[in-house]
Amino acid sequence: MDWGFITVTLLDGLARGLYYFLVSAGLTLIFSMMGVLNFAHASFFMLGGYFAYIIAQEWGLSFWIALPVVPLIIGALGMVVERYGLRHVHKFGHVAELIFTFGLAFLIQEFVKLVFGSDTKPYVKPELLTGSLFTIGDQSFGSYRAFMILVSISIFIGLYLLLTRTRVGIIIQAALTHPNTVSNLGHNVPLIFMSVFGVGTALAALAGIIALPTDALQPGAAARLGPIIFVIIVVGGLGSLNGALVASMIIGILTTIFDASQLSVINVMEAVTNMLGIEWSLLERPTYELRRLMVGDLIMMSTKQVGALFPYLLMVLILIFRPQGLLGKRES
Amino acid sequence: MKKILMAAAAAVFAVSGAASAETTVKLAFIDALSGPFALTGERGLQNFKFAADYFVNNQGGIDVGGENVKFEIVGYDGAEGFPSPKKSTLQAEKALGAGATYILQGNSSGVATAMSDFVAKHNRRNSDNPVVFINYAAVVPALTNELCNFWHFRFDAHADIKMEALTDVIAANESVKTVYLIGQDYSFGQAVAAGAERMLAAKRPDIEIVGNELHPIGQVQDFTPYARNVKASGADALITGNWGGDMVGLGKAVLEADLGIPVYTYYAAADGITGLFGEAGVGIISQVTEGWGPNPTEEFQAYHAAYKAELPDSDINQPRIINAVGMLAQAMQDAGSTNPKDVAYALENMEYESMLGTKVFMRGDDHQAFQNVYIMTHTNEGLPTNSEGAPLDFDNSGYGPLATSTVEMASMGIETTCEMERP
Repeated sequence: MDWGFITVTLLDGLARGLYYFLVSAGLTLIFSMMGVLNFAHASFFMLGGYFAYIIAQEWGLSFWIALPVVPLIIGALGMVVERYGLRHVHKFGHVAELIFTFGLAFLIQEFVKLVFGSDTKPYVKPELLTGSLFTIGDQSFGSYRAFMILVSISIFIGLYLLLTRTRVGIIIQAALTHPNTVSNLGHNVPLIFMSVFGVGTALAALAGIIALPTDALQPGAAARLGPIIFVIIVVGGLGSLNGALVASMIIGILTTIFDASQLSVINVMEAVTNMLGIEWSLLERPTYELRRLMVGDLIMMSTKQVGALFPYLLMVLILIFRPQGLLGKRES
Repeated sequence: MKKILMAAAAAVFAVSGAASAETTVKLAFIDALSGPFALTGERGLQNFKFAADYFVNNQGGIDVGGENVKFEIVGYDGAEGFPSPKKSTLQAEKALGAGATYILQGNSSGVATAMSDFVAKHNRRNSDNPVVFINYAAVVPALTNELCNFWHFRFDAHADIKMEALTDVIAANESVKTVYLIGQDYSFGQAVAAGAERMLAAKRPDIEIVGNELHPIGQVQDFTPYARNVKASGADALITGNWGGDMVGLGKAVLEADLGIPVYTYYAAADGITGLFGEAGVGIISQVTEGWGPNPTEEFQAYHAAYKAELPDSDINQPRIINAVGMLAQAMQDAGSTNPKDVAYALENMEYESMLGTKVFMRGDDHQAFQNVYIMTHTNEGLPTNSEGAPLDFDNSGYGPLATSTVEMASMGIETTCEMERP
């Protein structure tokens, strides 16, 4: 393994982690404020991709127009959902809210199928960013991925400044923990909730716009991302923006490393026995014969399989040893 | 006298006309109609419905032993997120309860293996009401070898037959010295990898397999790390059996990494994949498949035009479905019965002249269909056309598969370990 490979893999992981963060940031804020786990959150991510595809490619306008416009549209849509859906359901308790968002996720998925069809849309990167930024050894790093990193980092900085340095941010932070007090002070708490919901969905949409050209734009996109996002906000600590960032980075980078590494039990066995100078006939056999052995599944087990399990394993461990999450504050 | 005779004849005809009852044969289509693999399932259902209308219903039905028979195809969702063996067999029970006598399934060999087992068990317990399993796409070789059973018929060429054709082409290409394998981690993906390893070792022992990776099906968000590994290995060719979203993701990553090596696939066409690859895939992506060959017949050209007129946004992405429906209708007529057992016997050793321009032979020993197999290359130049003059492309993109090598009646004599038990 060479340094070029390691560098680009880490950068790939960084890009992945940062777009996970864009989606989970909204989800974790919405949760801490309203106590609602929004199952439809990943659906807004997918809608972002579809809307951008329509604007940039079907209508022939530019990606650069879709990039600012689509989050505004989806953010407005999110506010409508909060104002006329969630707020109405709120008085029936958390279960009703949960079921509402669950139903909404299905609704959006079926809507997408009905309007756009179930095939994979040829949503591609903008022309300007198709090339590679730099090449180390024989591995090149695409300029589009650098763009993804740049956008995500600027959003994080902007969000951080907004929440810690502005009056609005201070009110939001206060509303997170003491909504009644904030309301008694004369602030319009429902408006704050609606705005946070809107910003959260807009961020998810932004993530969809920039991430889906490297993935597959199809009605299954939300269902694929959804579980990972939940894992991230649990691991990071529900309601903690910094926690979501840390967890996104951990999961994004480590799953990328798992995907890129080619370690398997049999490889390790081979390396160890080679070092010890032992010749072992099992290792000479072709892979397909090894798979058929009784312990085949075990000795062929590779980091690829572990990589898919890793986020969930991490979540279970966190729930056991640090239930409030890495940077979460709440005990409950 | 003549008048009386004619009246009598008319009366007889009237009676027999009334007696020729109309029967509707119910065929249950069970595949993923939701989740990440829904599109493959939906397209299959569209193709089956169109073929049933073409061969049977639009002809006013077919005559089976004096009865007028029509086909009704009902779709059942066999996915719980991913294609699920448990859900699919539950759906099969539901379908049988609703009167289905034929099961159409194909996406995911894992599901097909469970389905074949389910059908065999059901028929053992209900020998009066058997059901036939028409497998139109699941290609793990075991289903017509050690796991074969009388009620299962496979209309696609299985993974080893396709790999024989593919490795013939690769073996003939002297510039290929190293090969990389990527597949989905389940029975089919493993069968593809095993076949490639075994056949390349036999045909071109000098070729080195520099990578052999299986990834969890439908769970890889981004295939870039895989593409980087292929690049780092310096492989001269990539072979993959990936399908659905996993083929889209892998294809995107591979084209983005600009490997510049041929990518040999099983399923990299249609369902948005062809449109997505577009110009970037030309000269890179090819597919081993059954299909219409370089010179499609006039009948197929007309069929294609009629299909596109009815379903302009869909494609004939699995041409073997035409053979499955055509042969089923033929078998019923030959047997003079719609009883699945009679039809199964009629299907055995059937030789069928397909509109795809190939003979299809359904071998009785293992219920594996043999037919022409093609290596088709992704291109926008020189594509054959349908009877309306439109190119035989996919995704209305102008790009489509062009047959560059033909293997006539591929692997016709291939051995099988099947020991068929007949009822």
